Amino acid sequence: MNLFAILRAVGSNRLALFGTAAGTLLILVALLAPVLTPFAFESQNLPLRLRPPSAAHWFGTDELGRDILSRVVYGTRISMSVGFSVVLVSSLVGLLAGSLAGYYGGWFDEALMRIVDILLAFPGILLAIALVAFWGPGLEKLIFALVSVGWVGYARLVRGQILKVRELDFVRAARSLGASNARIILRHLIPNIIQPILVQASIGMAGAILAEASLSFLGLGVPPPLPSWGAMLNDGRSHLFDAPYLVLFPGAATMLAVLAFNFLGDGLREVLNPRLQSGSRIAR
Amino acid sequence: MRSFLLRRLLLNVPVLLGVVTLVFSFIHLVPGDPVQIMLGEGAQAADVEQLRRKLGLDQPVLVQYGRYIWDLLHGRLGTSFRFGEPVSQIILSRYPATLQLATLSLCFGASLAIPVGVLAAARPGSWIDRLLTSATLLGISLPNFVSGPAAIILFSVVLGWLPVSGRGGPAHFVLPAVTLGASLSAILTRMVRAGMIEELQEEYVKTARSKGLTETTVLLKHALRNSLIPVVTVLGLQFGTLLAGAIITETIFAWPGVGRLTVQAINSRDYPLVQGCLLAIAFTYVTVNLLTDLAYGLLDPRIKYR
Repeated sequence: MNLFAILRAVGSNRLALFGTAAGTLLILVALLAPVLTPFAFESQNLPLRLRPPSAAHWFGTDELGRDILSRVVYGTRISMSVGFSVVLVSSLVGLLAGSLAGYYGGWFDEALMRIVDILLAFPGILLAIALVAFWGPGLEKLIFALVSVGWVGYARLVRGQILKVRELDFVRAARSLGASNARIILRHLIPNIIQPILVQASIGMAGAILAEASLSFLGLGVPPPLPSWGAMLNDGRSHLFDAPYLVLFPGAATMLAVLAFNFLGDGLREVLNPRLQSGSRIAR
Repeated sequence: MRSFLLRRLLLNVPVLLGVVTLVFSFIHLVPGDPVQIMLGEGAQAADVEQLRRKLGLDQPVLVQYGRYIWDLLHGRLGTSFRFGEPVSQIILSRYPATLQLATLSLCFGASLAIPVGVLAAARPGSWIDRLLTSATLLGISLPNFVSGPAAIILFSVVLGWLPVSGRGGPAHFVLPAVTLGASLSAILTRMVRAGMIEELQEEYVKTARSKGLTETTVLLKHALRNSLIPVVTVLGLQFGTLLAGAIITETIFAWPGVGRLTVQAINSRDYPLVQGCLLAIAFTYVTVNLLTDLAYGLLDPRIKYR
């Protein structure tokens, strides 16, 4: 299936279409943040603290008098940039490790699988929490921690797919025609396993957004004053009684972003592999 | 069965050793001097040296590693810097609360997912199926740090039905268990639905129907029992997600478990306690997966332990 066919198939699937539309909207909001925001995300106005939504501040103000709309919009930048970086680097590392292990087998495959077993003994985002806890907070450290955990899923997926594809006739044909190992992996194997990786990447994007927000919620993610939806939710917790809008808007934004990429992943899975309409690999 | 159990246990040994090695190495990831960071900027040099000796960080790394393993084998996880008590004791005192919360969430998730999944699968493609399937995607995408505060606003602040936080009577369990179990329930619903749809196409279901059994009997007594087998595996794997999710849920609801303890330990840079909490959660997860493997064989007579 070429790119054009994938795009056409996405257009015919309601889940994928919603996911694509919402994802595109979020990316546009992230790119156009300076144009869309009425205030600077860090500018404080203490006399106007904890004001409910109004004509001047559509989403209200937080306890330092900062405009919540501007912070939610700039938070999209953090979410999208963390999501894309984590997915890009994790999938590249996973693709490299998984295809080498699946194609060559041997000691590298054995070692990789043992590392995967150990990393998977830590449930969910616990390992990322642990890494950031010892490394300390910071955007780059956060991305690195999420990549350290995230590549495992891609590596396992790619290895499994390569094992399945490498014995097929067209690969044998390429080999008997004298194609080098590198050429077989890059030109013949990887293009044939790209579809499940696309699905994994989309669901991984939702997972990375969720993980960033979770870590920031715990105070282990993006350091202030950078606006992260998770950190905003954490700040708003102490005002649940008097200013619930503090958690409402960043909460809704997080949910929309996670939902968009989960929908896209689920839709892509249906479109690319119509036999697999059940089960769930969705990120949470 | 015994040899299977033994082999399965032995397979876990290298994984657990890897987990311990990784957790041990974490303290060496700290940028700068971990002891100085634990004590803060203004600490006296003598205090820093004393704590360094106490933690064994003045020894070569290999000696530290050997001691760490030796102590672990004797049930010693070091002393908490913040509480001044043995880490193992602190974790043991918090562990039941987390186990209780995770188990209740699991029960909540499963008891909601099974009827809803069956209902959706009974008429695949119908409006009720589409509605329930969309609801599960919403449920999966709803992070617990969003649903938790939202539930507090609705049920504690507006309606005043349930307590905001803490661990006390049965009412205290409702919000944390539902918050933690909600996305699990959504995932399980999808599993039950998919499994049921698959089972309903099997020959034995046709036989049951042609015998004149009612649709309810076919669904619940025949198809459901078989479709639950893969759900058990997912339950085991999802228990780990619950343990990780408990870190956030316990923080939101001030639940005195290992999850909240982990966050408190991280915030106070109590590295021995953080390491202890990580080990406790990872070991629980590995054990639950082992138990799931065993349960799988008991539930499905086609699986033989070899």
